[in-house]
Amino acid sequence: MTDETPVLRLEGIVKTFPGVRALDGVSLSILPGEVHALMGENGAGKSTLMKVLGGIHQPDEGQIIVEEKPVVMSGPLDAKAKGIVFIHQELSLADELSVAENIYLGELPRKRFGLVDWAELEAKTKAILEKLKVSFNAKTRVGDLSIANQQMVEIARALTVDAKAVIFDEPTASLTDAEKVVLFEVISDLQEQGVGIAYISHRMEEIFKITDRISVLRDGQYQGTVNTAETDEEGVTQMMIGRKLDLSRNESHHELGDVALEVRGLSCGDLFQDVSFEVRRGEVVGFYGLVGAGRTEIAETLFGLRDPTAGTILMDGEEVRIHSPYDAIERGISLVPEDRKGQGLVLGMNCRDNMTLPQVDDLKAGPFVAEGAEIAIFDQYRDKLDIRTPGWKQLVGNLSGGNQQKIVIGKWLSMHPNVLIVDEPTRGIDVGSKAEIHNLLRELAAQGYAVIVISSEMPEVLHVADRIVAMYSGRIMRTFTSEEVTEENLIAAISGLETEKVA
Amino acid sequence: MAEFTKQDIGKLLAKQGILIAFAVFIVGFTIANPKFLTIDNFENVVRSSAILGVMALGVTFVVISGNLDLSVGSMMSFSTIVVLDLHDKLGPTLAIPAMFAMTLCLGAFIGILVGYLKLNSLIVTLGMLSAIHGLTLTYSGGKNIDIADKEGTWFAIFGQGNVMGIQTPILIFIALAALLGIILAKTPFGRKVYAVGGNGTAATFSGIRRARVVFLCYIMSAFCVATAGLIQASRSMGSQNTVGQGLELEVLAAVILGGASLLGGSGTIFKTVIGVLILGFIQNGLLLVGLDFSVQYVVTWVIIILAVWLDIAAKRGKLMSPIA
Ligand SMILES: Nc1ncnc2c1ncn2[C@@H]1O[C@H](COP(=O)(O)OP(=O)(O)OP(=O)(O)O)[C@@H](O)[C@H]1O
Ligand SMILES: [Mg+2]
Repeated sequence: MTDETPVLRLEGIVKTFPGVRALDGVSLSILPGEVHALMGENGAGKSTLMKVLGGIHQPDEGQIIVEEKPVVMSGPLDAKAKGIVFIHQELSLADELSVAENIYLGELPRKRFGLVDWAELEAKTKAILEKLKVSFNAKTRVGDLSIANQQMVEIARALTVDAKAVIFDEPTASLTDAEKVVLFEVISDLQEQGVGIAYISHRMEEIFKITDRISVLRDGQYQGTVNTAETDEEGVTQMMIGRKLDLSRNESHHELGDVALEVRGLSCGDLFQDVSFEVRRGEVVGFYGLVGAGRTEIAETLFGLRDPTAGTILMDGEEVRIHSPYDAIERGISLVPEDRKGQGLVLGMNCRDNMTLPQVDDLKAGPFVAEGAEIAIFDQYRDKLDIRTPGWKQLVGNLSGGNQQKIVIGKWLSMHPNVLIVDEPTRGIDVGSKAEIHNLLRELAAQGYAVIVISSEMPEVLHVADRIVAMYSGRIMRTFTSEEVTEENLIAAISGLETEKVA
Repeated sequence: MAEFTKQDIGKLLAKQGILIAFAVFIVGFTIANPKFLTIDNFENVVRSSAILGVMALGVTFVVISGNLDLSVGSMMSFSTIVVLDLHDKLGPTLAIPAMFAMTLCLGAFIGILVGYLKLNSLIVTLGMLSAIHGLTLTYSGGKNIDIADKEGTWFAIFGQGNVMGIQTPILIFIALAALLGIILAKTPFGRKVYAVGGNGTAATFSGIRRARVVFLCYIMSAFCVATAGLIQASRSMGSQNTVGQGLELEVLAAVILGGASLLGGSGTIFKTVIGVLILGFIQNGLLLVGLDFSVQYVVTWVIIILAVWLDIAAKRGKLMSPIA
């Protein structure tokens, strides 16, 4: 492959932020028609490198070379004009605009007098959406789409130009399996057209399925490039974190305690119906299902964000009514929400303040916030979760995606809840930290917490849960114990192929 | 010496633009009129900014929580008229708490509409601007209100007194700034104000009762307005129905000049005080160089636009950008 001229080459890229050397002399080349994986721990510099390529950041040193010509990327539109398309890790769509407008933002087709040619816009968009096999149309308002569908719109933007290279930054973080299949088809189409693809993901199975080469970054430094066919998960992990990973399940055989949370016949409009389950202290219950199966909505109802239309919630055997997150927190419920940017964090606030936000009323020295106690909490969870930041004063918006997610997890763990609900807890988190967080969840259960894990990743629920509740279209189909569950019967249950059985 | 590129200068201007512009103003004014840079004039500026400053302190809370308050000007007229009128009817000891109570009721009303009913703050407070003006006119019957016996009352101390040579309006401004500055920066309530303005949804998900926080911000604002009205009434001992007219924009200008973002979630009391002083110095300088009073309205507007532009520019790190 080395005799081909790369579509894109980076040479000695250095990028520093106050207190962080995010990229330290990184060189990399992407060949036409290859899928080039970029891997590394949270905060290793992957997104920053791609932002330099996409014209969002200017490098302090080093060069970007497109088809052997050095270029300066003055901004995202400039990069796009030069054939480099960037699909962001964090969604960057305009909620109020339609799908079509978002896809062609900044380059809407024009008629005479500069008027937008709506007919042409719709036709062009329709062609792209058909290729992506999505269920929404060109006129849908983007704010009305699910996160997964918004991600598909983001991907559609890559298909509007004759791209030389397309950068995908964790595109599958919020996609369902079916949507992933479509995405991979799109990628292989692009590949056939000779487009070079840079692909960032923390999911090993994807990396080994679709990529040709893997480059690894660690703490902003280039660790090397290997052919995917010549390595394995262990080898890549070793390059990423410099050690082997213990992936064994933490089989803590602790006694289960009393029922901490019981839900009877809970319904909420047409979001979910007649849901009943219980969680004991010391138990991890996994909720598995397709996106839209109603799992997040159940969590939101338990956390007081939605009012149930029927049914009862009991905590420690006593019926409770939860009208707001404030009530939920009072009763010792914590929720790690699925959308870290929208629901989990105040991006313009520093790390410490974000982490202690739900308990700021309780951390008091006289009338003031006890900042010493806050810093102690932050330090504790920074170490526990390995959060990479120059210090607590750093704005959360400046952290890498995975580190932001860790702040959200730390925020809710530090509340020491009775019932901990985590919704897609490891979205965007690297393999090493993922294993840490899984262990942590089991450890918390062992300490007597009741834990609910909602996840769309089957290995995750299989790995952490003692029992798995399979949901399909707003209903519980079946509950499995960890002994009886297999991949096959779980898939059957969440696709609605199996009717409810008593577990 | 590092070479300065055009881009670097743009960045510097964007980041420190307000301070640089301010420095240029000061140098210019001093050359035009040497009186500008004297202690006397400094005290003069602070005193004449005190009323506006006190109001800006409260509005800072509202703006950080992600809302606007355009009703402060006419609310200040209301407070002034009410306290002057009640002074002669009830005596100052009762008039002052009564006026505070009435003003706080107005604040609470706005707080309920914006906080609990989640109505748009621009619409609500713009409406209140004229509604409260109407209320004031009804109350006074449209007449100017004067204190009958200007010599025989201690009421003048808030506007005209002094403690150890420092005038009371200045002292009140400093004391209130210190108090509110501490509340905003150091208490759980202050933290919640930032959270609500920075990301309301995330604040709700953190168990913060958003409506209550917004409500309290408007209460703070009304309290500051009442204080400003007290100073104004005490200074003039008599007033028209329109004393506060137009102040809402100057107040907002001062808050934005200080660097609070109109989008909410950022700003501090200290910065607002700086904003108030900058505005005060510029207006004072314009007077000293002999510009007509009426020109000030235009200049104030220009300053607001400049401040808003630099606010956006600072966020994106350059003065102009093809993307927002
Ligand atoms: N705008 C910024 N200001 C300050 N520091 C930043 C900024 N952007 C990134 N960083 C820092 O640069 C480092 C690299 O971040 P980057 O987002 O590239 O990581 P990443 O490899 O994409 O991680 P993840 O897997 O979590 O997405 C981090 O330490 C991050 O805190
Ligand atoms: Mg990233």
